Amino acid sequence: MTANNETNADTKIIRIRIKRQDTPDSQSYHQDFELDYKPNLNVISCLQAIAARPVTVENEDVTPVVWDCNCLEEVCGACTVVINGRVRQSCSTLVDALIAEGTGTASEPILIEPMTKFPVVRDLFVDRTRMFENLKKISGWVPVDGSHDLGPGPVESPESQEERYNLSRCMTCGCCLEACPQFQFDGDFVGAQTIGQTLYFNEHKTGAVLKNERLEVMEQVGGVSDCGNSQNCVKVCPKEIPLSEAIAKIGRQVTVHTVKQFFTGKS
Amino acid sequence: MSQTHPRVIVVGGGLAGLAATFKIAEAGVPVDLFSMVPVKRSHSVCAQGGINACNKVARQQGYSEWLHMDETLYGGDFLQHQPPVYEMTHWAPRIIDLMDRIGVPFNRTAEGERDLRLFGGSLFKRTHFAGASTGQQLLYGLDEQVRRYEAQDKVNKFEFWEFLWPILDDEGHCKGIVAQDMRTMEIKPFLADAVVMATGGNGMVFGKSTMSVICTGSAATRCYQAGAWMGNPEFMQVHPTAIPGEDKCRLMSESARGEGGRVWVPGMKDSDGKWQPHPNSGRHPLEFPDSERYYFLEETYPAYGNLVPRDIATREIFWKCQEGFGVGGGRMVYLDVSHLPQATKDKLKAILEIYEKFTGEDPTEVPMKIFPAIHYSMGGLYTVYSEEEREPVPGDGEKAIGMIPGDPSNMMTNVPGLYAFGEVNYQYHGGTRLGANALLNCIFDGLFCASSVVNHAQANATATDLDPALVERVVQQEKDKVQKLMDSKGTVNPYDLHRRLGEEMTDACTVIRTEERMIQALEAVKSMQTEYENVCLSDTGMWTNQNLSFTRALGDMLIYAEAILIAAIARKESRGSHYRPDYPDRIDDPFQKTSLMKFVDGKQVLEYEDVPTPMVPPRARTYGKT
Repeated sequence: MTANNETNADTKIIRIRIKRQDTPDSQSYHQDFELDYKPNLNVISCLQAIAARPVTVENEDVTPVVWDCNCLEEVCGACTVVINGRVRQSCSTLVDALIAEGTGTASEPILIEPMTKFPVVRDLFVDRTRMFENLKKISGWVPVDGSHDLGPGPVESPESQEERYNLSRCMTCGCCLEACPQFQFDGDFVGAQTIGQTLYFNEHKTGAVLKNERLEVMEQVGGVSDCGNSQNCVKVCPKEIPLSEAIAKIGRQVTVHTVKQFFTGKS
Repeated sequence: MSQTHPRVIVVGGGLAGLAATFKIAEAGVPVDLFSMVPVKRSHSVCAQGGINACNKVARQQGYSEWLHMDETLYGGDFLQHQPPVYEMTHWAPRIIDLMDRIGVPFNRTAEGERDLRLFGGSLFKRTHFAGASTGQQLLYGLDEQVRRYEAQDKVNKFEFWEFLWPILDDEGHCKGIVAQDMRTMEIKPFLADAVVMATGGNGMVFGKSTMSVICTGSAATRCYQAGAWMGNPEFMQVHPTAIPGEDKCRLMSESARGEGGRVWVPGMKDSDGKWQPHPNSGRHPLEFPDSERYYFLEETYPAYGNLVPRDIATREIFWKCQEGFGVGGGRMVYLDVSHLPQATKDKLKAILEIYEKFTGEDPTEVPMKIFPAIHYSMGGLYTVYSEEEREPVPGDGEKAIGMIPGDPSNMMTNVPGLYAFGEVNYQYHGGTRLGANALLNCIFDGLFCASSVVNHAQANATATDLDPALVERVVQQEKDKVQKLMDSKGTVNPYDLHRRLGEEMTDACTVIRTEERMIQALEAVKSMQTEYENVCLSDTGMWTNQNLSFTRALGDMLIYAEAILIAAIARKESRGSHYRPDYPDRIDDPFQKTSLMKFVDGKQVLEYEDVPTPMVPPRARTYGKT
């Protein structure tokens, strides 16, 4: 901690501005913190250092910043925040890269904010229950008969496995929803995460048993037709999940389903 | 609160907790599932390489469930009880089938069969995998099945709730838990007829490890302080290949070596043909010709090569760095996958991406720099099991002993009604764990022992009769603890204290453990326990107070650290991950025993319990060293 305000990489001080909020209903505010620069820092290390010494640049003792994290290796999805205006994981965001973008100085601090599409619990910690609830809505599971020994699952081609594996890497982080112009704080649209998972389960031989139920959810208000095709989701997905492709595929499945319903009168 | 039907609490939503929940809910018993994180974010997601099981191909090459058991026991230096390992390895193929049926995207061969990779401690391909994020994929599969029961109201999830203490009745039977909502900070009792602890490992005791931040071991330590025993706490696995970082050490999976990755250091051969440290070892790795790359694992262990068990690879790497072979003279060696074909690199995509994201270097072009880090707790809560003789199946030895399915004692702690599943359970791995046996152990505990939990709960459905005053006492005890921390006017910063604890434990009690250094560390830990009395919270509010939760867990970590050190000092031998230069050999008499730690009147007491070897007699663990 230092009072030196000339903050850039050369003077070995970095400045971080955090958007804080004490409770779900209170007003948000910003606080600035300064840290000693070290090579290869990630944003989590900065948050840890601030938690250990929660003193602002005005030398005021404050409560430690609250944030959500667990694995720190970009596979659990917990630590998603908005850094310098872009949604991403705080574990895999390297400070050197942010400095290279020209931030981290007193005039241009690294800005860390909570995601805006989910209710804030406190500071950077948001409530993403909605994402998990949506997985219930689409019957996000393979409806096996039970856990008894019934032999192996269906034989699958390597191509099909690869397609499903790519979809299955979704860690429910929320980046795609934060970046989506159609997904709203209190709207109906389920967003790319749920649509990608719908395809994931529909593509499995046993999972497809519930395909019609899933497509009926996708047919409704908030379903796949609410997508505005901005393709922001696929740009921010940290796991490079082919989300726009998934949305297109589910769109086609819904069309076929609707046509079938029209002609047969049943789903 | 009125209960006419049995009810079960599961604490922890990783693989073991979810497998147990899936199976208990399927049996028609409602489950309250507690987790500090949404269960889909549990630490199991970090497991990368795969899950072991005998399979059709390996079987035709002479492999069997029995050999899988034998490898596990040999790998673990014969410190584990054998019947649970027999049962686990014999269930393994059926576990893979079930995971396959629930949709886990296992990699496939051209014919559509499940693909296999080679892993440490085996000469057979018997590791099933889903890319390089097998743990994540298995966890998601079970998470989905649990969500299905949740949608039917058979599972009630309490996510962002922290386990604080078990509720024991007057006879010492576990009848529920006290937990705290990590957002509202409400502290509440929950009653049940059986409680399953599936709370994982304790890497945070060592500061930086490959574990997630919630892996403090505090839940296990709380059960320990409440009367549950601990088994073999001194056995901590150090993974040979991790990426050192400021906030944690990130795992670089054994699958990198299983798929052909090679470990080397820069070196030059002297006139006697002996390797010497390279005079210019800090230059760019691609500038070393093959003749200046010392593949020390392959030279020392011709049969297993880079795939010797983890403790052996760890020590070899550690020693090579001590001898001055490290990259640039430092504590780092190369793990090289740059020579592998593109298709193989694709299979490792998930982990190679992690390396690139966190270091900025592309491992498909440039060798990775790695060093060992604390990775897994073999020890944990002490449990028992039931055993029965089995008719040997093809491949088995003469005498086969497994566990009795559904017997209520399976993986129960010494506290009736309190179970321990998964990494927090001390069973299965003994002195060290083979790669890709952890995912198996976690799912096996959950699936196989769930019927034991159900049977115990059904025979003891008396949680409703619990004296409310008794429950209130436990709740009050936890509220008092919080108040004490809130009121503390001390000056000790909990994060600083934790950093010092981690540094002390890592220095004294990881790869190389000397008596002198560990005694020093024990004294240091005891003095840190005194300092902890003066710990100061920087947040005393009652809304989503992470400062409180961390500081409370730190108190438990200090107790766990002491248990580790006491048992490690007393074990005057080397076995598996526990390496003592002052006692470099395994000494079966008197150490073919479990270290049993008991917390009695605030004191930690070490006892020993014999580990019989009814199926596979102990043999020297050499892995064909030349």
